[in-house]
Amino acid sequence: MPLIEAKNLSKSYGVIRAVSDVSFSVDRGEVIGFLGPNGAGKSTTMKMLAGHIRADSGTASIAGFEVAAESVAAKQHLGYSPEGAPAYGEMTVREFLRFAADLRGLADPAASVRETLALCRLEEVAAQTIDTLSKGYRMRVGFAQAVIHDPEVLILDEPTDGLDPNQKFEVRRILKEMAARKAVIISTHILEEVGELCTRVIVIAKGEVRCDESRDKFLARGPDLNAVFRKLTA
Amino acid sequence: MSSAPSSPSRFAPFTAIMRREFAGYFRTPLAYVFLAVFNAFAVSLAFFVGGLFESGVASLDRFFLYHPWLWAFLAPAAGARLWAEERRQGTIELLLTWPVTVWQAALGKFLAAWLFLACALLMTLPVAFTVGYLGNDGSRWNIITGPDWGVIAGGYAGSLLCAGACLGIAAIASALTRNQVIAFVTGFLACFILVLVGYGVFDELLAGVLGSGGVDEIRRLGLWRNLEPFTLGLVDARPIAYFLSVAFAGLGLSTIIIERR
Repeated sequence: MPLIEAKNLSKSYGVIRAVSDVSFSVDRGEVIGFLGPNGAGKSTTMKMLAGHIRADSGTASIAGFEVAAESVAAKQHLGYSPEGAPAYGEMTVREFLRFAADLRGLADPAASVRETLALCRLEEVAAQTIDTLSKGYRMRVGFAQAVIHDPEVLILDEPTDGLDPNQKFEVRRILKEMAARKAVIISTHILEEVGELCTRVIVIAKGEVRCDESRDKFLARGPDLNAVFRKLTA
Repeated sequence: MSSAPSSPSRFAPFTAIMRREFAGYFRTPLAYVFLAVFNAFAVSLAFFVGGLFESGVASLDRFFLYHPWLWAFLAPAAGARLWAEERRQGTIELLLTWPVTVWQAALGKFLAAWLFLACALLMTLPVAFTVGYLGNDGSRWNIITGPDWGVIAGGYAGSLLCAGACLGIAAIASALTRNQVIAFVTGFLACFILVLVGYGVFDELLAGVLGSGGVDEIRRLGLWRNLEPFTLGLVDARPIAYFLSVAFAGLGLSTIIIERR
């Protein structure tokens, strides 16, 4: 059973068709690089998988639970970080993660918070309010809330956006450590991440899947990944 | 990590959200300003406008008389953040992709806000104790009747229910926008109309449009009309049902709005 399954997902906003008949599945151990230009439908697809917006048609499943019909069960197996890593800015990092742990009903929330702070290297800012953090730390807080319950499925919308090279390295390091036990989808604009992190690539443009293949096959399309990307999304 | 996804108690998300929301009021100075304003106006209106002291009656009906006005203004102020703030910060996407139903989130938020309003109301208890003290001591007050603690408790219960009704309306306004100012103004205007219903001038205006029969029906929807029996010590199911209906209809509608966002 795939841990993530999208079947014929479609979504329109008024007359604009944001996502059109998108289907794919992700197994444990796979890290999907979800690529596409701005407005291609990446975030909309991820929001539908995460249960934030309803698909007009088609179904999404997480760990075998249909997101629309068994929403709470599906979300228990999901860690999701939306674009821009929104968080309650007036809370400290520790309070925010504790809230996430309590809301998820974790068996030992204090231990989960401690371990997540260590994993994401957030200990030194744990007592700071999120509003006062730099973008790099904020992104890491967004990532931390997504992994606090050690979910089987991770969906991360541009988790390395705006990070400096050291911070990107850190996020990729953590993801690599976890990847074997999980099904992961990462949307990104950074094509170098495909080679470093992903096992498979899905390219989406104008709401349609243009390419769904292994990393090696994708990398073999040509030495200039930007040119490959432009060609696929034209 | 030690805590794998578990099967959390059904109440875990609800209690976590309620705790966070309640504490959230006190994370900014706004809560303290709110409590101070509510108390200052509640006491000032009762003593200086209502003439509570001069009345010589150990009753709080002149104190509760102004509560619909206060709640119409302050419940939307406290309720504006319920959903508008989540939308503005983008955290609504986070909250609703955690394992929580919209109903659990909405109820947790609503009850936290109601509890906050209850705190504001409880801070006015010294007024009741003052009336009780003076009312028990004829040498200090030209006493007509002593305090009836049952009636006073009823007044407080009625005021709290009235606050819940205004909060229900505020919840709808907050669910409709990401702007807290718009949420507050919309909620206030809707509550303000319910305050005006039952006042002479407004009723005369309505009578011109609807005829006297129609006005009688609409007058039943006024906040003061439903709060007044509590302040007189009358226990009646109708005003209780009215306040709770408005509160939970507001909660329900706001939940549906968020669900269909």
